[in-house]
Amino acid sequence: MTQTVATGPGLTPRAPVVAPAGRRAADRWSRRAPLLPALIFAIVVTQVPFLVTLYLSTLDWNALRPGERSFIGLANYAEVLTDSRLRAALTNTVVLTAGAVVASVLLGLGIAILLDRRFPGRGIVRTLLITPFLVMPMAAALLWKHAIYNPAYGLINGVLGGSTDWVSQYPMLSVVATLVWQWTPFMMLIILAGLQSQSTEILEAARVDGAGGWQIFTRITLPHLRPYLELGALLGSIYLVQTFDAVFTITQGGPGTATTNLPYEIYLTTFRKFEYGEAAAAGVVVVIGTIVVATFALRVISSLFRMEDAR
Amino acid sequence: MTAVRPGPTAATSTGRRVRRAAAPAAAAWTVLAWLVGLLFFLPVLWMVLTGFKREVDAASNPPTWVFTPVLDGYRQVFDRDITPYLLNSLMASLLSTLLVLLLATPAAYALSIRPVAKWRDVLFFFISTKMLPAVAALLPIYLLVKEFGLLDNVWSMIVLYTAMNLPLAVWMMRSFLLEVPPALIEAAAVDGASVLLTIRRILLPIVAPGLAATALICFIFSWNEFFFAVNLTATRAGTSPIFLVGFITSEGLFLGRLCAAATLVSLPVVLAGWIAQKQLVRGLSMGAVK
Repeated sequence: MTQTVATGPGLTPRAPVVAPAGRRAADRWSRRAPLLPALIFAIVVTQVPFLVTLYLSTLDWNALRPGERSFIGLANYAEVLTDSRLRAALTNTVVLTAGAVVASVLLGLGIAILLDRRFPGRGIVRTLLITPFLVMPMAAALLWKHAIYNPAYGLINGVLGGSTDWVSQYPMLSVVATLVWQWTPFMMLIILAGLQSQSTEILEAARVDGAGGWQIFTRITLPHLRPYLELGALLGSIYLVQTFDAVFTITQGGPGTATTNLPYEIYLTTFRKFEYGEAAAAGVVVVIGTIVVATFALRVISSLFRMEDAR
Repeated sequence: MTAVRPGPTAATSTGRRVRRAAAPAAAAWTVLAWLVGLLFFLPVLWMVLTGFKREVDAASNPPTWVFTPVLDGYRQVFDRDITPYLLNSLMASLLSTLLVLLLATPAAYALSIRPVAKWRDVLFFFISTKMLPAVAALLPIYLLVKEFGLLDNVWSMIVLYTAMNLPLAVWMMRSFLLEVPPALIEAAAVDGASVLLTIRRILLPIVAPGLAATALICFIFSWNEFFFAVNLTATRAGTSPIFLVGFITSEGLFLGRLCAAATLVSLPVVLAGWIAQKQLVRGLSMGAVK
């Protein structure tokens, strides 16, 4: 989809060896040959469906009315862009993704700092901490919905008392908290790798020069961690913007549309309302939005690589 | 990729800070780290414990911490025939992982050791397919799969999971291949070794751990995938998360059974992740962080 946004990163592979004139074409193809199966597979499986989506988005097609399929141009797009449900879904997607990414990066940073020193049982604590990320997301969502949030026998009310119905009263927070629990370990791992790659000499020099702990953290550690924080936030966003399991399981998008995000709304349009034309148009709109965001994201990725080259 | 490489002093950077810190402060930090670790692990522990409770103990308030473990939950889960779901997951995850490695490794070779002219564009094309929201492709994929009569067929899932993990694997394998010292490959060429012999005798042994790490990540993502599985499979090809769907709106006493099932389906990935912790970071960051 977004192949056009490919900006040249400053990676450092081996320079192609210049072949004698007559053998250049053969050399080019012998270089390409190992790449082609993967490339063709990726194009067929990921790009062809998108072309089909583009075509479907111009049709008035509800699967509940078989045989009635007509070309209506851009009418589905007008429908989609003025639909209040979809606007709500867009807002929810932004809130859910941003909330989960920011919270898990901050928590991950704090925990990474805690783990960036030797202490008894550090390996065990690290193992305990990464476990939430390894639990199947669908299982995690069910666990939180029934065993933790349930007002009658959930763990939270069981320990703290009270009879708050967490999922109905704080639907978005319930979903985000579950996602933060799963994604904090991921952020922690990436940030911890960043902390452990700090140069000892620079930290030592700063200390000799009389810099305090907080100063060292804000002036040296944080700037050093920046690419790691960006990488974690970027990868987290790619996955969390597509959140489906948690919404499907914990709230079913409700109450009302309070937690309906774009993936869940398009799923409803496709498999509950069977409005294929509209669902396709919504899909195209989401892809265009993704291309805009991804262009920015790819720039972040390539700047990470440029930084590496500068070293 | 070698984007953010830890410095050579990584191993020594932590030790000295400990020595400088006063003993009571250090102890407090240690206790805090343990508390945070236990807090994050608590829901998992609760899941495992509840899976071994009788249903009345599972749904008690206040929570039951001391109980006689029973296998009722697990027995019920197997009575409801979870086995085919586990086998479908195993087949979809293992075969798609194998397929991904077969496609991605040669591709990564053509993007690192003997690069094609436009290797940058190709690399970014792969990563851009990962950013494409799955939901935008759901309808056409559903219609195409239906057209070919492949709904509720495990092979549809294998193809989709291969496409899903391919970009990840290409980037990861490339980062491992770039670590092979060029001198080694040149020396082999000087000695007259053919390309295939060089790959088999020199490249493969060096990148074997990389292949294992890539396989692990692909396995985790396929095993846990839910979105395509719930929309394209049902009873015949349903994967393990699909078995869990029945629990979303269950009424009555079912918490023990739910936790037994949740523990069971999470177990393979949790164990694999625990064993391969070191490779996990690099895999999750697509090779960017080592």
